[in-house]
Amino acid sequence: MSVEMLPGLAFYILSATAVGMAFMVIASRNPVHSVVFLIGTFFASAGLFVLLGAEFLALLLIMVYVGAVAVLFMFVVMMLDVDFVEMKQGFLQYLPIGGVVACILLAEMILLGAASLVNPGAGVKFAEDGTSNIEAIGNVLYTEYAFFFEAVGLILLLAMVGAIVLTLRKRDGVKTQNISEQIARTREGGVELVDIKPGEGIGS
Amino acid sequence: MSIGLEIGLAHYLVVAAMLFTIGVFGIFVNRKNVIIIMMSIELILLAVNINFVAFSAHMGDISGQVFAMFILTVAAAEAAIGLAILVVYFRNRGNIAVEDINMMKG
Repeated sequence: MSVEMLPGLAFYILSATAVGMAFMVIASRNPVHSVVFLIGTFFASAGLFVLLGAEFLALLLIMVYVGAVAVLFMFVVMMLDVDFVEMKQGFLQYLPIGGVVACILLAEMILLGAASLVNPGAGVKFAEDGTSNIEAIGNVLYTEYAFFFEAVGLILLLAMVGAIVLTLRKRDGVKTQNISEQIARTREGGVELVDIKPGEGIGS
Repeated sequence: MSIGLEIGLAHYLVVAAMLFTIGVFGIFVNRKNVIIIMMSIELILLAVNINFVAFSAHMGDISGQVFAMFILTVAAAEAAIGLAILVVYFRNRGNIAVEDINMMKG
């Protein structure tokens, strides 16, 4: 065991974890387990990104996927009261055609990759010149890709508004503030002048 | 013993291809469960991201990582909207069976 072997070893461990957990995502009976395996897949992929020298993207992957998307999935899985065992019934029925399609796809992609690799022996560059990964991304993200960056922001805004509009519903029997009614109140509707006789008060 | 431990672009592409295939396979075998199908889509997008980052590192060009970031954003937006639609569908129908979603078929 030498130190030079460590990146290769790490790659094989991380990729095996990623692929195995990805398989468990689609194979496990319980969707909650699926979400947990999905989180594992993303963690392993983040490790692969670190190996590739993309540290910023690796942390972004963990933050966005594990912190937001997986939690969202978990929330929906837990909130929907569905009989998931019953939903798993068709698994064996679709297994053959799914397997055939998957095998063809994988063979195609591996063949294509093997055929188009001009320089198979070239190692991946792990370190760039002096600048750090996040610095390099920042240098192009806010200059060359500024418009794309803003468009992505708009997409996120759209997703947020869409999700809120879709899931917002008016429920009866809930005491909420009616702002237009409050603003439309006039003095005539709110104040009443009463003549009080001396010594009697207004109590009835 | 150093044979097979030299990690190049091809290794990452194979991992990405396997993840992509697992994603497509998951869409096929989990025809009844929309949540698993959406997780499969996330896996496919992750495979695309790995491709982008691998090529970015291989070519020494940072724009691949920038695009991977954009894909990440779109994936997050897609998950949010998809799950919102799922919640609304469940609220209306009481189940999330995929084969029942054929109201717009005409």
